[in-house]
Amino acid sequence: MTFLSIEPVRILLYLVGICAFVGANAAYLVLAERKGAGRIQRRPGPNEAGYAGWLQPVADGIKLLSKQVMIPPGTDRLLFCLAPLMVMAPPLICLTVIPFGENLFARNINVGLLLVFSLGSINVMALMLGGWASRNKYAVISAARVVSQNVAYEIPMLLVVITLLMVTGTMNLNEIVQQQGGGFWHWNLFKVWVNPLMPVTFVIFFICMLAETNRAPFDMAEAESELLAGAFTEYGGMGFGVFFMAEYANIVVGCSMATVLFLGGWQSPFVILSGPVFGPLWFLAKMYALILTVIWVRWTFPRTQFYGLLNLSWKILIPISLFTLLLTGAVMKLPLALHHLF
Amino acid sequence: MKMKAAFQEVYGGFMSLLTGMRITLGQAFKPVITVQYPRQTLKMPARFRGHIQLVLDPKTGKSRCTACKLCERACPSDCIAVDGAKLEGQKRKSVTDYQLDFTTCSLCGSCVEACPFDAIEFSKEYNVVAFSRDAFNHMDLVQRLAARREIWAQNQPPAPPPPEPPSPAPVAAPAPASQPQNPA
Amino acid sequence: MIAQPEAFPTGESSRAPQETFVLNLGPQHPAAHGVLRVLMTMDGEWITRAEPVIGYIHRMHEKMGENRTWAQFLPNTSRIDYLSAMHYTHAFVGAVERAAKIEVPPRAEYARVITSELNRISSHLVWWGALLLDLGGFTPILYAFEDREKILDLLEGLCGARLTYCYYRFGGLCNDVDDDFLNGTRKFVQEMRPRLGMYRDLVTDNIILRKRLTGIGPISAEMCRKYGATGPVIRGAGVAYDVRTIEPYSVYPQFDFKIPVYPECDSMARYLVRMDEMEQSLRIIEQALDRLPAGAFMGKVPRVLKLPPGDYCYAVEAARGRFMVRIVSDGKDRPYRVKLRTPSFSNLSLYEEASRGMILPDALAMMGSLDLVIPDIDR
Repeated sequence: MTFLSIEPVRILLYLVGICAFVGANAAYLVLAERKGAGRIQRRPGPNEAGYAGWLQPVADGIKLLSKQVMIPPGTDRLLFCLAPLMVMAPPLICLTVIPFGENLFARNINVGLLLVFSLGSINVMALMLGGWASRNKYAVISAARVVSQNVAYEIPMLLVVITLLMVTGTMNLNEIVQQQGGGFWHWNLFKVWVNPLMPVTFVIFFICMLAETNRAPFDMAEAESELLAGAFTEYGGMGFGVFFMAEYANIVVGCSMATVLFLGGWQSPFVILSGPVFGPLWFLAKMYALILTVIWVRWTFPRTQFYGLLNLSWKILIPISLFTLLLTGAVMKLPLALHHLF
Repeated sequence: MKMKAAFQEVYGGFMSLLTGMRITLGQAFKPVITVQYPRQTLKMPARFRGHIQLVLDPKTGKSRCTACKLCERACPSDCIAVDGAKLEGQKRKSVTDYQLDFTTCSLCGSCVEACPFDAIEFSKEYNVVAFSRDAFNHMDLVQRLAARREIWAQNQPPAPPPPEPPSPAPVAAPAPASQPQNPA
Repeated sequence: MIAQPEAFPTGESSRAPQETFVLNLGPQHPAAHGVLRVLMTMDGEWITRAEPVIGYIHRMHEKMGENRTWAQFLPNTSRIDYLSAMHYTHAFVGAVERAAKIEVPPRAEYARVITSELNRISSHLVWWGALLLDLGGFTPILYAFEDREKILDLLEGLCGARLTYCYYRFGGLCNDVDDDFLNGTRKFVQEMRPRLGMYRDLVTDNIILRKRLTGIGPISAEMCRKYGATGPVIRGAGVAYDVRTIEPYSVYPQFDFKIPVYPECDSMARYLVRMDEMEQSLRIIEQALDRLPAGAFMGKVPRVLKLPPGDYCYAVEAARGRFMVRIVSDGKDRPYRVKLRTPSFSNLSLYEEASRGMILPDALAMMGSLDLVIPDIDR
């Protein structure tokens, strides 16, 4: 145990663990998505590679690895090679501050929440770089659209997070989870005596998370490739594979943030069945339930129109989140105000 | 009130999304509707239109085709080529060669309807494969009939033994002839 | 508060021509339209001119009509528009029967109506699934195909083919409708009604779809008249034009059904027209099943068919609009001329004028709502 508590060793183990976690998730979430899509569409999904399709991600990985990675002539080589790295790095870093269990976190930073959301903005930049560096008219148009979509949806997300900060009072993700102990009625999702519109806040956070990760029904970047070329056209083989993995890594980070902030993180919904073993299991269960919901939403709805998407953010989500912010502030200060009045 | 209408639209829209999600969730727990071919196969209905084949007359084991060429004339795509010859002691011709160009056949059924002897019918084969295009350009229906004849002949009940020859005469009785198998 | 963008520029672009670029929506699409090429001159996002280029699947059906006998042309009729093949065969068979004055027994007429309406439902199911695929919803097409599979199985048990039926003959049908088919159709009608309700809940009432289709792609009644667009396109523009009521044919006058008409002229109106048409087709099928007379399924037809010289037409309401066959006979056993007036050709011809000033995804949604089948355009 003393060997493991040496800081560099511990950090190294966590890094390896996080990379393995993200890699395995990215690979097998693709399979989960395809099988989930199949179930919704009344068909089996991939079931040929390996027993019931469990080797399908391996086959996909081998296929992507064996393709030629071409860098088109005339592109900015540095930016072209940098974009996939910039897209993949933020989710990995975010996962260092997310607590998987009571003592299962890489770093305990006092501004963990801030770190996660600031890294989320790098994602936007990376997509723009990828589109720009491709030297392809349609990739630039598509990337520009993605940027405006992501910027538009960061605002309600941050407003919602500010509302939550007023409730929790701390940015330390560990403390946020510890505040939600005792049973599911203590979860932030149900704290309606502090913020009466808390479930609405959660829904807004979920929608913004879908939009930030470019998932359907907000997937203009990828699915626009039916009509124009998407932001990732010029990337072949593993370059495209990295973008793909990064998308699923972003989903993992988004859902784990939703779990930590609203659903109690590693706390058990009942007081029993908690502890160092059950904690991570509860965390993973909640996270995967949210990921399954993300998959479910993708295969149910058609794509929104571009201006519909922006309308939704600027005209609906921002007013509602501003209103919840004011409402939370008012409700929190209400006892004090009443005390002063009487 | 425009505000009220706007709120109702947002609320109604959100509810419609939840309804949609409920429906897909319900569908996800129902059984699969696809057939996992080739591990499971489908049975073709009786009137299924596979490629045409010569009818094997169950009584004689031969084809009824007399090479009258009505099917050849009825075909819109000119895919049939029939040839026949008159065998000994028969009033009509018998078919000797029936070539079907399946690559141009449109499975319309004009030939089947035009035949006055009901000599051709649709088969029930939906997964015909071969290694060369020739098997489809020149589908030999007479050969295919011969193959089916073999199976028909094996399934026939064994012929009764010929009756005992009358009381032996000084002349050696002819050996009882074995039941002749009708050649195609 | 939540309004559609009405401020998009329409008409000629104010930019210089060299600021526009040509986007070629090539003959190969990921979307399920067929081999149609659309040359779009675009000003950024907006279309200034969309020119459809057709002919990639021109198979010369009309020329084949001149080189085949009357009966030999029947397989061609199924292949002009393979999604609603029964209607097209009906038109040709009806034209020949009108010319040669062949009597069709009532049982055959009712069976024709039943199979035609089943075909209309299966064609609309494909349209619905493909439209949603264009818009990015990948699931409803599979639900539609589940229902369509039932229809195709019924028709396969009836006539042996699943798509290009070639079921009608001059004077009647190629074989009789059997009890399996009748019982199966009854069961199908009962199962389909709740499915249409499910489609309404899942898709039609969905706010995302309504935002994508309402107000998109306005096609007014004058534009329809100018280009000769028929079918759900003109019924979605407020005009109650349906060949089954305007020029009744077969036994349609004996059935009680409504013609759905929506006055809004946008893609949502055309969408709703087709969804309602499926419901009305179920009504017609039920009435026809109840009233199916017994009797012969084939009338008296001479062995070698020779039509008296002249010009004959027959129009039907196909799934896409008005399909008309015009045959010119000079007394021989093969036609002198077969003219096929197909609905998708006229429906596509208004696309150029209608899509000016739209943004690209909206233009594609409008094309999906027109329900084009390219072999129908090119014949």
